[in-house]
Amino acid sequence: MTSDIHVALSGVTRVYPAHSGHGEMHALGPIDLSLRRGEFVGIVGPSGCGKSTLLEIIAGLAKPTKGTVMFEGAAVGNRVPDGVGVVFQEDASFPWLTVRDNVAFGLRSAGVDEAEINKRVDHAISFMGLSAFRKAYPSQLSGGMRQRVCIARTLVTRPRLILLDEPFGALDQQTRLLMGEELLRLWRETGATVVLITHALDEAAMLSDRVAVMSSRPGRFINILDTDWPHDRDSRIVADPRFGQFTSKLWEMIRDESKKAMGIQ
Amino acid sequence: MRSPAFWRIVILVIAVLTLEILCRTGIVDSYTMIPPSMMVVALVDMIRHADWFWADASYTFENIAVAITLSIVLGFVFGLVIHALPRFRRVLNPVLLSYYSVPTFVFYPLLIVIFGIGPTSLIVMGAMFGIVAMISSTLTAIDRIPRVYGKVARVAGMNTWQTALRIKLPAATPRLFSGLTLAVAYSVTGVIAAEFIIATAGLGRQLTLSYNEFDSATMYGLILLILIFAAVSNGLLQSWEARIYRRWYRS
Repeated sequence: MTSDIHVALSGVTRVYPAHSGHGEMHALGPIDLSLRRGEFVGIVGPSGCGKSTLLEIIAGLAKPTKGTVMFEGAAVGNRVPDGVGVVFQEDASFPWLTVRDNVAFGLRSAGVDEAEINKRVDHAISFMGLSAFRKAYPSQLSGGMRQRVCIARTLVTRPRLILLDEPFGALDQQTRLLMGEELLRLWRETGATVVLITHALDEAAMLSDRVAVMSSRPGRFINILDTDWPHDRDSRIVADPRFGQFTSKLWEMIRDESKKAMGIQ
Repeated sequence: MRSPAFWRIVILVIAVLTLEILCRTGIVDSYTMIPPSMMVVALVDMIRHADWFWADASYTFENIAVAITLSIVLGFVFGLVIHALPRFRRVLNPVLLSYYSVPTFVFYPLLIVIFGIGPTSLIVMGAMFGIVAMISSTLTAIDRIPRVYGKVARVAGMNTWQTALRIKLPAATPRLFSGLTLAVAYSVTGVIAAEFIIATAGLGRQLTLSYNEFDSATMYGLILLILIFAAVSNGLLQSWEARIYRRWYRS
């Protein structure tokens, strides 16, 4: 892994202006963070702390009120830069397209030639274990498989930065663990920088090189911890005693903030 | 337990048979109504022998086709534009909600002044009838498109028109059907009813002529033809809608 800075956030702040009788709301920041190329960073925090807003700002889907985001040395403006892929928590597969057409969607929009589309789509479909379902519609798939379609759709665009907004939030625990393994495999194969937003501490602990812990609103980083896991880790890391210690440490940090977010003293 | 479709057919058959008996026994006199079987005979006879039939039928159906196309295409485009301008939508909303409480036919003298007595007036009347149903249904359908689709479009770097055609249109399709069905029905009604009063040709005009000449066979033949057209177009739309729903919501 090289140590050059791939993504840099400085002073990123989001304040929602007052409207319809509600006062101004300071949702996020200031946040400073530097991501090394090829790094896997998890971001955890209590509900409503602005995790998803932060991800949208990094992606160029939302604008910060103050501060800047730099991706590969260029400022991220009001559009998603080339080389950035985003996977959302909600089911974003299109029900009117087959699995294959869903996966090819981004490439067709970008005007990539058909032979190249076929090559990349076939690879992504087989990588995500969807070969038997290429002609199926999303309504014929389980929630986990639909999310795999969305990941494959991101994968074909060959992103250098992959942003994931609670991608496994709607899945059961076993599926989450297995999807986590697939994500690690994808990360290793692409060499992309990955930012994972999640509310699941164990998921962040298992997948990440570093885990950033956010405070309750306005969301700021309380701490950023290195996991020190090997690069070729998989879900079996959960059996390692250090995994339990790490997750407990995360929970200790986040517990008071979660109570604050829930209004419990 | 038989399907609802079976019972619908049973009820229809009973209603037609009852009407047949009432007409044949003279309980309903022949000036008021001819038996349904005679209507079919009159329709077939008209199609085969009436020298005006094909010219007038194609005149009407062409006007209907243009009116439906205008209602649907313009209704969808206006719906997209209005949806993109929330403030304008709030201003326009009462007009859209109360549109069908205004008898659009009161504008027919104005249409004659602007477009003359010809197909344009009929098409405009048909489109005026259908377009608002399509606009309202487009607005509701777009409201219900999951917001995440818009984010996917932005990540894919799609512009406004690509997003409209490749995401919003297909994503809205199942919920556009109520608007499509109404736009078709209203456009047909608008064109044929306008032919009653402002046309020089067409099935609506032939219907008025046959009524004025006490020609019950032609009149009921034409009524039957228009009913069949309405039922077939509605049935086609419904089966298309059912096919899309099956594909989208199989699980």
